This record gives sequence, C-alpha cells and structure tokens, in this order.
Amino acid sequence: MTSLPLLALRDVVQRYGPVAALDGVGLDLAPGEIHALVGENGAGKSTLLKILCGAMAPDAGTITLAGRDVVFRAPADALAAGVSMIPQDLQLVPGMSVAENIVLGAEPVRRPLPLLDARARDRAAEDALALLGETLDLGAPAGALPLARRQLVEIARALSRRVRVLALDEPTASLTPRETAHLFATLRKLAAEGAGILYVSHRLDEVEEIADRVTVLRDGRVALTAPASSLDRAAIVRAMVGREVRASAPAGTPRGEEILRLEDVGGPGVAKVDLVLHRGEVLGLAGLVGAGRTALARLIFGAERRSRGRMWIEGRELAPRSPREAIAAGIGFLTEDRDVLGLIPQMNVRENATLAGLRAFCLGPFVRRARERAAVRTHAERLRLKAPSLEAPVAQLSGGNRQKVVLARWLLTRSRVLLLDEPTVGVDVGARQEIHALARELAGEGRGVLVISSDLDELLSVSDRIVVMRRGRIAGELPAAGATRERIMTLATA
Amino acid sequence: MRKPAEIGLLLALVAECAVFAVAAPHFFTADNLRNVTLQASISAILSAGMTFVILTGGIDLSVGSVVAMAGIVATSCLKLGIGLPLSILAALAFGALSGGMAGALVARLSLAPFIVTLAFMTIWRGAAFLVTDGRPVWDLPPGFALLGGGRLLGIPVPTLAMLGIFAAGHVALTATRYGRHVVACGGNPEAARLAGIRTGHVLASVYVLSGTLAALSGVLLASRMNSGQPNAGLMYELDAIAAAVVGGTSLTGGRGSIVGTLLGALLIAVLRNGLNLLDVSSYVQQVLVGAVILAAVLFDPQRRSR
Repeated sequence: MTSLPLLALRDVVQRYGPVAALDGVGLDLAPGEIHALVGENGAGKSTLLKILCGAMAPDAGTITLAGRDVVFRAPADALAAGVSMIPQDLQLVPGMSVAENIVLGAEPVRRPLPLLDARARDRAAEDALALLGETLDLGAPAGALPLARRQLVEIARALSRRVRVLALDEPTASLTPRETAHLFATLRKLAAEGAGILYVSHRLDEVEEIADRVTVLRDGRVALTAPASSLDRAAIVRAMVGREVRASAPAGTPRGEEILRLEDVGGPGVAKVDLVLHRGEVLGLAGLVGAGRTALARLIFGAERRSRGRMWIEGRELAPRSPREAIAAGIGFLTEDRDVLGLIPQMNVRENATLAGLRAFCLGPFVRRARERAAVRTHAERLRLKAPSLEAPVAQLSGGNRQKVVLARWLLTRSRVLLLDEPTVGVDVGARQEIHALARELAGEGRGVLVISSDLDELLSVSDRIVVMRRGRIAGELPAAGATRERIMTLATA
Repeated sequence: MRKPAEIGLLLALVAECAVFAVAAPHFFTADNLRNVTLQASISAILSAGMTFVILTGGIDLSVGSVVAMAGIVATSCLKLGIGLPLSILAALAFGALSGGMAGALVARLSLAPFIVTLAFMTIWRGAAFLVTDGRPVWDLPPGFALLGGGRLLGIPVPTLAMLGIFAAGHVALTATRYGRHVVACGGNPEAARLAGIRTGHVLASVYVLSGTLAALSGVLLASRMNSGQPNAGLMYELDAIAAAVVGGTSLTGGRGSIVGTLLGALLIAVLRNGLNLLDVSSYVQQVLVGAVILAAVLFDPQRRSR
C-alpha cells in the first residue's frame, strides 16, 4: 500500500475491567481497499468496530482519518466524518418507510422553516439507491422488506452521507448466495470510487473472494496483516488460533449409558441435528456465533418449539412444550447470559437458587424457609459459592458466583442433563477453573453435561468429545484426544 | 432487604400521627382512629390487589369501575331476594371474571396492561350507568348496611377485612411459592419462564386477584352507602396506585411489599383525615397528597441502589 492511508488506527487499547479486549491494535485502511478483519469469537473485532464508529471511546490510542487525528465521542461524530458502519443486527426503524430510513438523522428540511421536505427526502433516497444500482419502493415500510433488501437500505443510508469508510459486521450472515454476490459487487463498486471498506466476517471463503488485505485479530492484538493473495485459508486459521495447544484429553472417564438422544432435530436456528450424550460425559459443542449451538440447547430445553425430529431422555421420549416440562424431565439449562436470562435481579441468592425447584420445600402453597435455606446452603458449599450471605442480593456477587447460583438452581431440581451455555464468559480465571472442575465432577456423578463454548481452550480442557456445529448442522465430531484448535476452526468455518 | 423502606414509612406514619395529635385535639381519639382506618379500608383493599399487579410489572386501572359495578351487582341481587351470601358471591364472581378477562388479554395476547384495563375501566363505568339508568340502587333489605357499618369487638368490619386481607397478602407474597413466582415474573419474565414458571398463569392470576378484591371493596362501599351507586369508586384506581408506590412498590415490577402498601395507604388516609380536622380545604389537601407521593418516591432508599 503506497498511498496515504485513508484511515489509520494506532495502539488502540480498550479494557473491560481487568480484561483487555483490545491491547494495542493498529490497522491501516487505504482508499479503494477492501480490508477483511477476522478472528475467533471474542478476539476483539466487535470492540474495534464500536470504537471506529464512535459507539465507544477507546481507553488509549489514536484514530487518523485522511491524515488528521479524529476523536469520535458519539456515532454522530463518526458519521459526520464519513465513517459508517453496517451492524450485524440491522438498525432500521421498521415502521418507517424506506426513504425515511435512508435519511434518518439527516432529514432534509425546507429552510428556513424546520418542516420536513418530502421531495428532497425521496430524491436523496433515490440517489443513494442509484449508487447501488437498485430501486426500491420508497414508501414501503422498511420492516416489511426481506432481510437482504433491508441491508440495502442500511447501505443506502451510509451512502446518502458520502461515506469515506464503510465497516460491515458479518453482513452475509443471513443472505443467500445470490444476495451475497450482489453485495460484493456493490462493495467493489464503492471501493472503485475511492471508499475504504472494512469487512468483518467469519467466513473465510468470502474473505478470500472479496478482500485485498486481511488482518487477523487474536486476544485483542493483531496477529497478522498481509495481502490476501499471499495467504491461504490454513495460514489464516493458524493466525486465528495462535499457539499450538496440546490436546489435553481429560483423564478418560468411562462413558456410561446413553442419557440424551436427538434424531433429526430441527427448529428455529437449527437445520438438522443428530446427537447422543452419555452419562458421565462432558460433550463440548463448538461453532461460531450463529451456528445454532444456543438454538439447539433452547430446543432441548423446550424454550423454543421443534419443527422436526425426536428426542429421548433416559430412554423416554422428550417432547417439551415449555421449559417447565423439560425441567420436569430432568434437564437444566445454564443460559448464555445469566444476568438477562438466568437471574431475577431483585431476588437474593437463596430465592434465585430455588426458583425452579421450590416445590421440593413446600407444604401446600407454603415455602418451608428453614428447609429451603438448608438445601441452598448445602449446594452453595458444594459449589464453593462465595456470597456475603444467602440473603444477599445476587447483584453483589461476582460473575463466577452468580453463575454458581444458577448452577445450584439446576442441582436443586436434580437435573440429570445439564446444558451449560458459555459457562465462563465474564468469569475470572480462578472461578473458571472451578466451573470446569465442577462440570467434570457433576458428569462424574452420572449426569450428562453439554458445554457450549466459543472458547476453544475451554472446550479442549473440559470435554471428552467435541461436536462442531456450522449453519444449524453438525459439521463434525472430534474425540478430545484428537482435537486441536485448528481442526475445530476448520470444521467451524469451512 | 426491603426492611429499611418499611421502617422509614412506619417512622413517617408515627411522625405524622404525632404532628396531628398535637395540632388537632380530636385526632388522637378512639372514635377518630376508628374513622381513619374505616376511611382507609376501601381503597387500601384495592391497593393490596394492585400491589400484586404492579409487582408483575402491570397496572390495573379498572378497579374503580369494578367497585361501582360490584356494588350494583350485589345490591341488585339483594333486591332480587337471593339473600346476602349469594349476592356477595355474585359480586365477587363479577370481579373475578372482569380480572380474568383482563388477565387473559394481557397474558395470552401480550396486550399492554395499561390499555386493557383502561378499556375495562371505561366499559364497567359505562355499564354501571347503563344498567341503573344512572340512578342508585336503594331500598335494600335491613342487615346489608351492617357489613360496612357494623363493628366486631369495637372494630369496624371494613377495617377488619382490610387487616385480614393484608395479613393474607403478606403471607402469600413472602411465604408461598405463588408470591415468589409473582416477584420473578415482574423481575425478569424470561428468566422466570426458563426456570419453569408458568408466567402466563401467574400474570393472569394477579388480575383475577385484583378484580376480586375490587369487588369486595365495592360490596363494602355499597353497604356503607346502603345503596349501589353507579359513580362509586371514581378515581379509586389512582389512590390504590399511589398507596402502592408510596409503600415502595416499583412500577417496573419485581420489587414491592404488602406491608409497605398498607403503610402507604394509612399514610395518605391519616394525612387526609388530619387535614380535615384542621379544616384545611380539600384543594390544599390534593396538593399535599401529591407532594407526599413525590416525596415518598424521592426518598425511597431502594431507588438509589438500582
């Protein structure tokens, strides 16, 4: 890259508490360049994009746009400077028309009065769509459009403001191949007109197809920046996973009888899955965000309706119509986001722990508080839960201990199958190891444990067997002994 | 963890009583105290049901109109000659049915509680005038008036009803599975569902509870007036909400206490009563009651921690 970079990030640092999401990242974007940004989940891509579009201010580092230092305090600053982002989850106002959405935030008015100018609005919208070579019904509500069209509206919105830098976060996640091809043509046209494009994707085939250069992020640092032509997919994967990791098969627990069986199961976000979980086994479920791992857990747990397939637990057919029925059948689900989906923030530790299994301590409708407290105490000790008291609000606990409260909930319901979705996100290192040990211990007592994680080290160290999902299907299975980060990532991204 | 708020309210109530006891000679007499609790009882009973509804993050604006309709149902049944117990039962059944319909619309169709109960508020108020032609139902059999006007061991029946309902409500909220589930549904409905709680049932049930208690209030009020009045209970829903909010119940759901609501209702009732004794005009009273509501919310110790 000989020309002066359009956009340059230098030594960008962003911390969340003690964790550095970005640890001194530098990145150049040349005019007319399509630059792919790849990395594992949690490598820092989203954080970088947030900083770039002004949604977040970095703790340290500089951003230079066309040679001048800039500071974005809000997305409006970034937009004014010509930096637009198309987020993964589109941000249209569904009830507003296509034209209204395109000019949103920069609505043309009839000066000197502050009245909206509909004709100027439609002209601006048409012009922006024309740059994409598209025509849409300007009056149609944006929410009624198919997803790919909605994305066009987002891109048109960016273009209506004379975009210099366009960042796209996983733009093809919900597009068909044809729509993807169309998007790529649009991006090439934009680049040809001198815009710089930052393209974030998990899909390495796409990256190879569209990118001029590739930057790989790993653990908040740049692992590699190189012209796409000099890289093959294996080299990118190697840079993504970094250091060789020993395949540390846990001391082989003898696999017990089958406890959970899924045949041909499908539903929202899951295409078709066959899966078997055994007593005493910790089964790791790997895959990229959106591959259908959480969706599968929700189907098993009855939180979502299955559209096909059959399931069995301990030999009996399992067809839960609600979480309630799944819990009764012996399933516990440690949800991905314990604060949003797991805990009742106004309740204390004891109340949160017994939320699902309260019946066991009741005489008719009345809770026998002493029994309840005793049972919670037993499990709290067993899980080494650290709390000021069992009557303390859960908000006072650390992430790892909040996780243990939810875990206690499922032990109190005597769950035989535990679904643990990202059990150590936001948990400090010590508690993380404890939770891993607990997962193994709970399996050792005859339960079946399914661990969903985006952290490959976690899966490699805790699982007996790793199943990789991709686009709603099982992409492959690896015994822990033979699994490596590379093999998992290859299955997940192929 | 909700103790500080309740103690604060209790202190405020004691201070308020002390001020009035000094300022108004008639305040601290057995007659007047009986009177205060009697005056408080009707809307306090409403506020007990309202607390459960608000705990789930909802609101029930229909209670004032249910008070009127329930009074009319009870008095009309009496005039038909089906006897007092059945008449009361009919009124309570009406309240439960009204709450059940509202609850079903809220829980099943996910309609906004504000809108659904606003509709029922208007419907029942209109119906009350419609079925009575705008005239009170009166000339009732003797004995009906004893319900609202009678005493047991020197305590007015409505006051006893209020105390009984708050005692039961407190136990239900703090010591039963149902109470736990109500709080969970208000605190984090999706987490509650994923914990196996039948959130739809719980949600619908609080409206049934609120409607039934509103009907009971309606019967007591009709008995005190010895007639069924179509304009009875006008704006009572706002008094009930005020009592719950002053008592520390959060309008976003998940936090609140029945004891707090009782204290809130008494705080407002004592304020009205004391100001009456001091001959303060009702206009000024309104302003002061509003100020108390604001002050209670501002000084709520839980507000800052969230």
